[in-house]
Amino acid sequence: MRQDFLRLVVDRRHQKQPFATVTDIQSGRQSLVDETVAHGDLSLTAPQLNEVRRRVSANRSGVMDTEVNGGLFVRVYSPPARMVIVGAVHIAQALAPIASLAGFDVVVIDPREAFVRAGRLADIQAIVEWPDDGMKQVAPDARTAVVTLTHDPKLDDPALAAALRSKAFFIGALGSRKTHAQRLERLSGMGFSAADTARIHGPVGLDINAATPAEIAVSIMAQVIESLRAEAE
Amino acid sequence: MTGAVPDPLNQLSRWLADGKKAALATVIATWGSCPRPVGSHMAVLENGDFSGSVSGGCIEGAVVEAAQEVIGTGRPKLLEYGVSNEVAWEVGLACGGRVQVLVEPIT
Repeated sequence: MRQDFLRLVVDRRHQKQPFATVTDIQSGRQSLVDETVAHGDLSLTAPQLNEVRRRVSANRSGVMDTEVNGGLFVRVYSPPARMVIVGAVHIAQALAPIASLAGFDVVVIDPREAFVRAGRLADIQAIVEWPDDGMKQVAPDARTAVVTLTHDPKLDDPALAAALRSKAFFIGALGSRKTHAQRLERLSGMGFSAADTARIHGPVGLDINAATPAEIAVSIMAQVIESLRAEAE
Repeated sequence: MTGAVPDPLNQLSRWLADGKKAALATVIATWGSCPRPVGSHMAVLENGDFSGSVSGGCIEGAVVEAAQEVIGTGRPKLLEYGVSNEVAWEVGLACGGRVQVLVEPIT
């Protein structure tokens, strides 16, 4: 790999758009391929480019064209999954770094300045807005998990409504079974069907008898990963 | 933001920016049970320091040695490791899988 090619790969990863590098296993020649262009010293035919782009969409790295010169290795770089946490509460202080460690891009939404004040969330990105506006900025997609932690319907409900209107792969809400039943009633009043609200994991988190904020964060993280990997299969 | 686990490509960039010589090892194929998926990277510095992983720690030592050789020759090398029943202490994957690792010098 040439040093300028490595720089290109590292720069492109920051742009959060999927792409692939293709390496000729024998010669080491390489090209970077995205939706529109290919850069590098490895020439690829139109059918090869199509196959590489199919692999980018499917997020499937691997060796192709093994019959020619030992094959071409396609390494797909997909942007990280995201986790949107609503409520910069105590559990968020544990969940945000755990999710970050697990490779997620984490953003916390909370309109309450004092909860987001410097130091409470370390270097996690925070959006100090009401969840309606915050969720618009975040625009959850099929690689996004949304977890509400505030217990406050004024904050949780609009975030859950926005999540339900998105393709978010995971939606979870903290709160007891009783408050969750009340939450489902309110969402039903907003026009969401039972099938819609069935997407919400509530109470969020795997049942591991978690007690402390950090333990609850672990149980939430485990459930999010379970959903992410189930989607991938 | 990125997590607290160091990213091998970022580490590789920093080493090169410091004028050091390094190689990149990447899992390109796996068969059976393997701890790290295809695409996993490990950056290796000429002195043997490394960042990232290509297995659960079973073959890293051998890959580091191969990477140091690749840094010397300037030519990529394809490595393959499998289960090693006959010689239990030989470098191999205890989980019974097989893995191919491409090691490329950064030039």
